[in-house]
Amino acid sequence: MKDELKKRVIKGPDGFEFEVDPMQDYFCEEPPKEHPPIYVKIVEDLFNWARSESIWILGFGTGCGAIEMRPLMTPRFDAYRYGVQWRPTPRQADLLMISGYLSTKTLKRAIRAYEQMQNPKYVVGLGSCTINGGMYWDSYNTIKKLDEYLPVDTYIAGCMPRPEALLAGFNDIKKIIRAGKAEGANEYAKNFEWYKKNQKQVIKDWDMPDYNW
Amino acid sequence: MLELYDTLKERFKLGELKQQRDDLAFVTVEADRLHELLSHLRDVEGYTHLVLLTAVDWIEEDLFQLTYLVNNRDEACDIGVRVMLPRDNTTMKTIHDIWPTAATYQRELREMFGIDFPGSPRVDEEFILEGWDDIPPYRREFDTKAYSDKTFAVRPGRETHDPAAYMKQQREKGEG
Ligand code: SF4
Repeated sequence: MKDELKKRVIKGPDGFEFEVDPMQDYFCEEPPKEHPPIYVKIVEDLFNWARSESIWILGFGTGCGAIEMRPLMTPRFDAYRYGVQWRPTPRQADLLMISGYLSTKTLKRAIRAYEQMQNPKYVVGLGSCTINGGMYWDSYNTIKKLDEYLPVDTYIAGCMPRPEALLAGFNDIKKIIRAGKAEGANEYAKNFEWYKKNQKQVIKDWDMPDYNW
Repeated sequence: MLELYDTLKERFKLGELKQQRDDLAFVTVEADRLHELLSHLRDVEGYTHLVLLTAVDWIEEDLFQLTYLVNNRDEACDIGVRVMLPRDNTTMKTIHDIWPTAATYQRELREMFGIDFPGSPRVDEEFILEGWDDIPPYRREFDTKAYSDKTFAVRPGRETHDPAAYMKQQREKGEG
Protein backbone atom coordinates (compact mmCIF):
# COMPACT_ATOMS: atom_id res chain seq x y z
CA MET A 1 0.00 0.00 0.00
CA LYS A 2 1.18 3.49 -0.82
CA ASP A 3 2.48 5.63 2.01
CA GLU A 4 -0.17 8.29 1.63
CA LEU A 5 -2.88 5.68 2.18
CA LYS A 6 -1.51 4.39 5.46
CA LYS A 7 -2.93 5.31 8.82
CA ARG A 8 -0.82 8.03 10.37
CA VAL A 9 -0.69 10.98 12.75
CA ILE A 10 -0.67 14.41 11.14
CA LYS A 11 0.25 17.71 12.65
CA GLY A 12 -2.03 20.54 11.55
CA PRO A 13 -0.85 24.10 10.86
CA ASP A 14 -2.04 25.12 14.34
CA GLY A 15 0.16 22.48 15.96
CA PHE A 16 -2.75 20.22 16.78
CA GLU A 17 -2.07 16.54 16.17
CA PHE A 18 -4.69 14.20 14.82
CA GLU A 19 -4.87 10.75 13.34
CA VAL A 20 -5.95 10.07 9.77
CA ASP A 21 -6.80 6.75 8.22
CA PRO A 22 -7.39 7.59 4.55
CA MET A 23 -9.04 4.27 3.76
CA GLN A 24 -11.64 4.90 6.48
CA ASP A 25 -12.01 8.63 6.75
CA TYR A 26 -12.43 9.75 3.21
CA PHE A 27 -14.81 7.10 2.00
CA CYS A 28 -18.13 5.64 2.92
CA GLU A 29 -17.85 1.93 3.53
CA GLU A 30 -21.41 1.20 2.62
CA PRO A 31 -21.97 -0.66 -0.65
CA PRO A 32 -24.31 0.94 -3.20
CA LYS A 33 -28.05 0.34 -2.86
CA GLU A 34 -30.64 -0.30 -5.50
CA HIS A 35 -33.11 2.50 -6.12
CA PRO A 36 -35.90 1.03 -8.19
CA PRO A 37 -38.50 3.38 -9.68
CA ILE A 38 -41.08 4.08 -6.99
CA TYR A 39 -43.54 6.53 -8.46
CA VAL A 40 -46.47 5.76 -10.72
CA LYS A 41 -45.57 5.25 -14.31
CA ILE A 42 -46.61 8.64 -15.58
CA VAL A 43 -44.38 10.40 -13.07
CA GLU A 44 -41.45 8.12 -13.79
CA ASP A 45 -41.98 8.77 -17.48
CA LEU A 46 -41.81 12.48 -16.87
CA PHE A 47 -38.59 12.03 -14.90
CA ASN A 48 -37.12 9.87 -17.63
CA TRP A 49 -38.07 12.39 -20.27
CA ALA A 50 -36.31 15.10 -18.29
CA ARG A 51 -33.26 12.92 -17.76
CA SER A 52 -33.04 11.97 -21.39
CA GLU A 53 -33.16 15.59 -22.50
CA SER A 54 -30.32 16.75 -20.30
CA ILE A 55 -27.49 14.30 -20.63
CA TRP A 56 -24.48 15.62 -18.80
CA ILE A 57 -21.28 13.87 -19.69
CA LEU A 58 -18.27 13.54 -17.47
CA GLY A 59 -15.34 15.03 -19.36
CA PHE A 60 -13.07 12.06 -18.85
CA GLY A 61 -11.29 10.81 -21.94
CA THR A 62 -9.64 7.42 -21.75
CA GLY A 63 -8.47 6.61 -25.27
CA CYS A 64 -8.20 7.98 -28.78
CA GLY A 65 -11.98 8.45 -28.90
CA ALA A 66 -11.77 11.37 -26.49
CA ILE A 67 -10.64 13.49 -29.41
CA GLU A 68 -14.04 13.04 -31.05
CA MET A 69 -15.69 14.89 -28.19
CA ARG A 70 -14.13 18.20 -29.15
CA PRO A 71 -15.87 18.60 -32.51
CA LEU A 72 -19.08 17.70 -30.72
CA MET A 73 -18.67 20.51 -28.24
CA THR A 74 -17.92 23.09 -30.88
CA PRO A 75 -20.25 24.70 -33.43
CA ARG A 76 -19.85 22.26 -36.28
CA PHE A 77 -21.63 19.36 -34.59
CA ASP A 78 -22.86 21.25 -31.54
CA ALA A 79 -24.17 18.53 -29.28
CA TYR A 80 -25.41 21.16 -26.83
CA ARG A 81 -28.51 21.69 -28.95
CA TYR A 82 -29.61 18.20 -27.88
CA GLY A 83 -29.19 18.99 -24.22
CA VAL A 84 -25.88 17.17 -24.10
CA GLN A 85 -23.11 18.92 -22.27
CA TRP A 86 -19.80 18.14 -20.63
CA ARG A 87 -19.16 18.59 -16.95
CA PRO A 88 -15.89 18.81 -15.07
CA THR A 89 -16.68 16.62 -12.07
CA PRO A 90 -18.34 13.24 -11.54
CA ARG A 91 -20.83 14.73 -9.08
CA GLN A 92 -22.36 16.87 -11.81
CA ALA A 93 -22.43 14.26 -14.53
CA ASP A 94 -24.81 11.42 -15.29
CA LEU A 95 -23.17 9.87 -18.33
CA LEU A 96 -19.72 8.31 -18.26
CA MET A 97 -18.30 7.91 -21.75
CA ILE A 98 -15.54 5.36 -21.93
CA SER A 99 -13.96 6.82 -25.01
CA GLY A 100 -11.79 4.01 -26.29
CA TYR A 101 -9.19 1.65 -24.95
CA LEU A 102 -9.05 1.42 -21.21
CA SER A 103 -5.80 0.39 -19.60
CA THR A 104 -6.07 -1.29 -16.23
CA LYS A 105 -4.52 1.78 -14.70
CA THR A 106 -7.20 4.02 -16.17
CA LEU A 107 -9.89 1.49 -15.35
CA LYS A 108 -9.13 2.08 -11.71
CA ARG A 109 -9.77 5.83 -12.15
CA ALA A 110 -12.83 5.18 -14.28
CA ILE A 111 -14.33 2.99 -11.55
CA ARG A 112 -13.72 5.69 -8.99
CA ALA A 113 -15.27 8.31 -11.23
CA TYR A 114 -18.26 6.11 -11.95
CA GLU A 115 -18.88 5.36 -8.30
CA GLN A 116 -18.75 9.03 -7.42
CA MET A 117 -21.47 9.91 -9.87
CA GLN A 118 -25.01 10.38 -8.60
CA ASN A 119 -27.82 8.03 -9.50
CA PRO A 120 -29.26 7.63 -12.05
CA LYS A 121 -26.11 7.26 -14.12
CA TYR A 122 -25.32 5.77 -17.47
CA VAL A 123 -22.26 4.35 -19.21
CA VAL A 124 -21.59 4.38 -22.92
CA GLY A 125 -18.67 2.52 -24.46
CA LEU A 126 -17.15 4.23 -27.44
CA GLY A 127 -15.24 2.43 -30.15
CA SER A 128 -14.32 -1.15 -30.82
CA CYS A 129 -11.75 -1.16 -28.04
CA THR A 130 -14.47 -1.10 -25.40
CA ILE A 131 -16.50 -3.72 -27.24
CA ASN A 132 -13.98 -6.46 -27.92
CA GLY A 133 -10.55 -5.00 -27.47
CA GLY A 134 -10.30 -3.44 -30.92
CA MET A 135 -6.75 -3.22 -32.09
CA TYR A 136 -5.57 -3.71 -28.52
CA TRP A 137 -6.98 -7.22 -28.46
CA ASP A 138 -3.63 -8.77 -27.46
CA SER A 139 -2.35 -6.00 -25.23
CA TYR A 140 -0.99 -6.82 -21.80
CA ASN A 141 -2.68 -3.88 -20.11
CA THR A 142 -5.98 -2.99 -21.71
CA ILE A 143 -9.31 -4.60 -20.97
CA LYS A 144 -11.26 -6.18 -23.79
CA LYS A 145 -14.85 -6.27 -22.60
CA LEU A 146 -16.03 -3.22 -20.76
CA ASP A 147 -19.31 -4.64 -19.49
CA GLU A 148 -17.45 -7.05 -17.23
CA TYR A 149 -16.25 -4.11 -15.15
CA LEU A 150 -18.91 -1.40 -15.45
CA PRO A 151 -22.61 -1.62 -16.34
CA VAL A 152 -22.73 -0.42 -19.95
CA ASP A 153 -26.02 0.86 -21.36
CA THR A 154 -25.00 1.04 -24.96
CA TYR A 155 -22.01 0.90 -27.25
CA ILE A 156 -21.10 3.05 -30.22
CA ALA A 157 -19.12 1.03 -32.73
CA GLY A 158 -16.29 2.31 -34.87
CA CYS A 159 -12.59 2.91 -34.70
CA MET A 160 -12.99 5.69 -34.01
CA PRO A 161 -16.69 6.57 -34.33
CA ARG A 162 -17.31 9.82 -36.21
CA PRO A 163 -19.09 12.64 -34.41
CA GLU A 164 -22.24 11.76 -36.38
CA ALA A 165 -22.06 8.27 -34.90
CA LEU A 166 -21.81 9.79 -31.47
CA LEU A 167 -24.87 11.93 -32.10
CA ALA A 168 -26.72 8.79 -33.17
CA GLY A 169 -25.43 7.13 -30.00
CA PHE A 170 -26.80 9.97 -27.90
CA ASN A 171 -30.16 9.40 -29.52
CA ASP A 172 -29.93 5.71 -28.68
CA ILE A 173 -29.16 6.36 -25.05
CA LYS A 174 -32.00 8.91 -24.94
CA LYS A 175 -34.41 6.26 -26.17
CA ILE A 176 -33.11 3.79 -23.61
CA ILE A 177 -33.51 6.32 -20.81
CA ARG A 178 -36.99 7.30 -21.93
CA ALA A 179 -38.07 3.70 -22.05
CA GLY A 180 -36.94 3.39 -18.44
CA LYS A 181 -34.40 0.73 -19.37
CA ALA A 182 -31.24 2.55 -18.33
CA GLU A 183 -30.94 0.72 -15.04
CA GLY A 184 -27.14 0.51 -15.01
CA ALA A 185 -26.70 1.93 -11.53
CA ASN A 186 -29.19 -0.58 -10.11
CA GLU A 187 -27.54 -3.39 -12.02
CA TYR A 188 -24.24 -2.33 -10.53
CA ALA A 189 -25.67 -2.32 -7.01
CA LYS A 190 -27.37 -5.66 -7.55
CA ASN A 191 -24.33 -7.42 -8.98
CA PHE A 192 -21.86 -5.45 -6.94
CA GLU A 193 -19.85 -8.46 -5.85
CA TRP A 194 -19.56 -9.81 -9.36
CA TYR A 195 -18.32 -6.47 -10.65
CA LYS A 196 -15.84 -6.15 -7.81
CA LYS A 197 -14.54 -9.64 -8.44
CA ASN A 198 -13.94 -8.83 -12.11
CA GLN A 199 -12.39 -5.50 -11.32
CA LYS A 200 -10.02 -6.94 -8.77
CA GLN A 201 -8.98 -9.64 -11.16
CA VAL A 202 -7.40 -7.10 -13.50
CA ILE A 203 -6.45 -4.34 -11.07
CA LYS A 204 -3.63 -6.12 -9.29
CA ASP A 205 -2.75 -3.39 -6.82
CA TRP A 206 -6.19 -2.68 -5.46
CA ASP A 207 -5.51 0.06 -2.93
CA MET A 208 -8.84 1.75 -2.49
CA PRO A 209 -12.01 0.92 -0.61
CA ASP A 210 -14.48 -1.31 -2.41
CA TYR A 211 -16.91 1.50 -2.92
CA ASN A 212 -15.56 4.98 -3.54
CA TRP A 213 -18.69 6.91 -2.97
CA MET B 1 32.18 12.54 -37.91
CA LEU B 2 34.83 10.27 -39.32
CA GLU B 3 37.54 12.51 -37.87
CA LEU B 4 35.95 12.37 -34.48
CA TYR B 5 35.73 8.61 -34.78
CA ASP B 6 39.38 8.32 -35.68
CA THR B 7 40.48 10.35 -32.71
CA LEU B 8 38.33 8.43 -30.25
CA LYS B 9 38.64 4.97 -31.71
CA GLU B 10 41.84 3.93 -29.94
CA ARG B 11 41.14 5.62 -26.67
CA PHE B 12 37.67 4.13 -26.09
CA LYS B 13 38.15 0.91 -28.05
CA LEU B 14 35.24 1.75 -30.30
CA GLY B 15 33.66 -0.79 -32.61
CA GLU B 16 32.98 -0.12 -36.24
CA LEU B 17 31.33 3.15 -37.20
CA LYS B 18 28.03 2.87 -39.05
CA GLN B 19 27.35 6.12 -40.84
CA GLN B 20 23.65 6.22 -41.53
CA ARG B 21 23.37 9.77 -42.83
CA ASP B 22 25.74 12.71 -42.92
CA ASP B 23 24.41 13.81 -39.58
CA LEU B 24 23.77 10.44 -37.93
CA ALA B 25 26.15 7.64 -37.05
CA PHE B 26 26.13 4.65 -34.74
CA VAL B 27 29.03 3.14 -32.90
CA THR B 28 29.40 0.24 -30.47
CA VAL B 29 31.38 0.40 -27.27
CA GLU B 30 32.16 -1.94 -24.39
CA ALA B 31 29.91 -1.47 -21.37
CA ASP B 32 32.76 -0.38 -19.07
CA ARG B 33 33.89 2.34 -21.49
CA LEU B 34 30.46 3.87 -22.02
CA HIS B 35 30.42 6.26 -19.09
CA GLU B 36 33.79 7.74 -19.99
CA LEU B 37 32.86 8.03 -23.63
CA LEU B 38 29.60 9.83 -22.94
CA SER B 39 31.28 12.25 -20.52
CA HIS B 40 33.91 12.94 -23.13
CA LEU B 41 31.34 13.48 -25.86
CA ARG B 42 29.40 15.84 -23.67
CA ASP B 43 32.22 17.87 -22.17
CA VAL B 44 34.78 17.96 -24.95
CA GLU B 45 33.05 17.21 -28.23
CA GLY B 46 29.90 19.26 -27.70
CA TYR B 47 27.37 16.43 -27.67
CA THR B 48 25.48 18.07 -24.87
CA HIS B 49 22.01 16.69 -25.33
CA LEU B 50 20.83 13.17 -24.57
CA VAL B 51 18.06 12.60 -27.09
CA LEU B 52 17.02 9.17 -25.93
CA LEU B 53 18.06 5.99 -24.25
CA THR B 54 16.36 2.87 -25.42
CA ALA B 55 16.80 -0.89 -25.50
CA VAL B 56 16.39 -3.62 -28.09
CA ASP B 57 15.92 -7.23 -27.13
CA TRP B 58 18.04 -9.51 -29.34
CA ILE B 59 16.68 -12.70 -27.87
CA GLU B 60 18.24 -14.91 -30.56
CA GLU B 61 21.71 -13.64 -29.68
CA ASP B 62 20.88 -13.57 -25.98
CA LEU B 63 21.73 -9.87 -25.84
CA PHE B 64 20.19 -6.57 -24.93
CA GLN B 65 21.26 -3.59 -26.94
CA LEU B 66 21.17 -0.19 -25.26
CA THR B 67 21.28 2.83 -27.54
CA TYR B 68 22.29 6.20 -26.17
CA LEU B 69 21.51 8.84 -28.76
CA VAL B 70 23.35 12.11 -28.18
CA ASN B 71 23.05 15.31 -30.13
CA ASN B 72 25.45 18.12 -30.94
CA ARG B 73 23.33 21.21 -31.33
CA ASP B 74 25.94 23.44 -32.91
CA GLU B 75 26.76 20.99 -35.63
CA ALA B 76 23.27 19.52 -35.77
CA CYS B 77 24.43 15.93 -35.77
CA ASP B 78 23.68 12.86 -33.70
CA ILE B 79 25.70 9.90 -32.53
CA GLY B 80 24.07 6.72 -31.32
CA VAL B 81 26.28 4.84 -28.88
CA ARG B 82 25.38 1.18 -28.63
CA VAL B 83 26.20 -1.22 -25.84
CA MET B 84 25.54 -4.93 -26.00
CA LEU B 85 24.78 -6.63 -22.69
CA PRO B 86 24.02 -10.22 -21.70
CA ARG B 87 20.32 -10.82 -21.14
CA ASP B 88 20.45 -12.46 -17.72
CA ASN B 89 20.44 -10.20 -14.68
CA THR B 90 21.37 -7.30 -16.88
CA THR B 91 22.93 -4.41 -15.03
CA MET B 92 24.41 -1.28 -16.45
CA LYS B 93 26.18 1.66 -14.94
CA THR B 94 23.81 4.58 -14.52
CA ILE B 95 24.48 7.80 -16.41
CA HIS B 96 22.16 10.04 -14.43
CA ASP B 97 25.24 11.87 -13.17
CA ILE B 98 25.97 13.00 -16.74
CA TRP B 99 22.36 13.73 -17.74
CA PRO B 100 19.84 13.75 -14.86
CA THR B 101 17.05 13.09 -17.37
CA ALA B 102 18.52 9.66 -18.02
CA ALA B 103 17.06 8.53 -14.69
CA THR B 104 13.58 8.51 -16.24
CA TYR B 105 14.69 6.34 -19.15
CA GLN B 106 16.48 4.03 -16.78
CA ARG B 107 13.39 3.67 -14.66
CA GLU B 108 11.40 2.74 -17.72
CA LEU B 109 14.00 0.22 -18.89
CA ARG B 110 14.05 -1.32 -15.45
CA GLU B 111 10.30 -1.77 -15.52
CA MET B 112 9.82 -2.78 -19.14
CA PHE B 113 12.96 -4.87 -19.76
CA GLY B 114 14.24 -5.65 -16.28
CA ILE B 115 17.58 -3.94 -16.89
CA ASP B 116 18.92 -2.67 -13.60
CA PHE B 117 20.78 0.60 -13.14
CA PRO B 118 22.00 0.54 -9.54
CA GLY B 119 22.13 3.98 -7.95
CA SER B 120 19.79 5.63 -10.42
CA PRO B 121 17.18 7.74 -8.59
CA ARG B 122 13.88 5.92 -7.92
CA VAL B 123 14.85 3.15 -10.30
CA ASP B 124 13.00 0.49 -8.34
CA GLU B 125 9.72 2.40 -8.13
CA GLU B 126 6.82 1.67 -10.43
CA PHE B 127 6.99 3.80 -13.53
CA ILE B 128 3.99 3.25 -15.82
CA LEU B 129 2.59 -0.08 -14.74
CA GLU B 130 0.69 -0.48 -11.52
CA GLY B 131 0.91 -3.73 -9.60
CA TRP B 132 2.65 -5.61 -12.40
CA ASP B 133 3.17 -9.24 -11.37
CA ASP B 134 4.74 -10.92 -14.38
CA ILE B 135 8.07 -10.72 -16.19
CA PRO B 136 8.78 -7.29 -17.68
CA PRO B 137 6.42 -6.92 -20.63
CA TYR B 138 8.86 -5.68 -23.27
CA ARG B 139 11.11 -8.73 -22.98
CA ARG B 140 10.47 -10.82 -26.01
CA GLU B 141 9.92 -14.05 -24.11
CA PHE B 142 6.86 -12.37 -22.60
CA ASP B 143 3.82 -13.56 -24.53
CA THR B 144 1.39 -10.63 -24.52
CA LYS B 145 -1.35 -12.60 -26.23
CA ALA B 146 -1.23 -15.40 -23.67
CA TYR B 147 -1.12 -12.91 -20.81
CA SER B 148 -4.00 -10.95 -22.26
CA ASP B 149 -6.13 -14.07 -22.77
CA LYS B 150 -5.40 -15.23 -19.26
CA THR B 151 -6.08 -11.88 -17.58
CA PHE B 152 -8.87 -10.13 -19.46
CA ALA B 153 -12.38 -11.26 -20.22
CA VAL B 154 -12.92 -11.92 -23.92
CA ARG B 155 -16.04 -11.26 -25.92
CA PRO B 156 -16.64 -14.27 -28.14
CA GLY B 157 -17.16 -13.86 -31.87
CA ARG B 158 -13.98 -12.12 -32.77
CA GLU B 159 -12.33 -13.50 -35.92
CA THR B 160 -8.90 -12.95 -37.32
CA HIS B 161 -8.03 -13.36 -40.97
CA ASP B 162 -4.73 -13.36 -42.72
CA PRO B 163 -5.29 -10.22 -44.81
CA ALA B 164 -3.76 -11.55 -48.03
CA ALA B 165 -5.56 -14.89 -47.93
CA TYR B 166 -8.83 -13.26 -46.93
CA MET B 167 -8.76 -10.71 -49.74
CA LYS B 168 -7.95 -13.42 -52.23
CA GLN B 169 -10.88 -15.46 -50.99
CA GLN B 170 -13.18 -12.46 -51.23
CA ARG B 171 -12.01 -11.74 -54.75
CA GLU B 172 -12.67 -15.29 -55.82
CA LYS B 173 -16.10 -15.11 -54.27
CA GLY B 174 -16.79 -11.91 -56.15
CA GLU B 175 -15.80 -13.43 -59.46
CA GLY B 176 -17.68 -16.69 -58.96
S1 SF4 C 1 -11.52 1.93 -30.97
FE1 SF4 C 1 -9.88 2.71 -32.29
S2 SF4 C 1 -9.99 4.93 -32.06
FE2 SF4 C 1 -11.09 4.01 -30.34
S3 SF4 C 1 -9.61 3.82 -28.69
FE3 SF4 C 1 -9.60 1.92 -29.81
S4 SF4 C 1 -7.95 2.12 -31.30
FE4 SF4 C 1 -8.47 4.17 -30.59
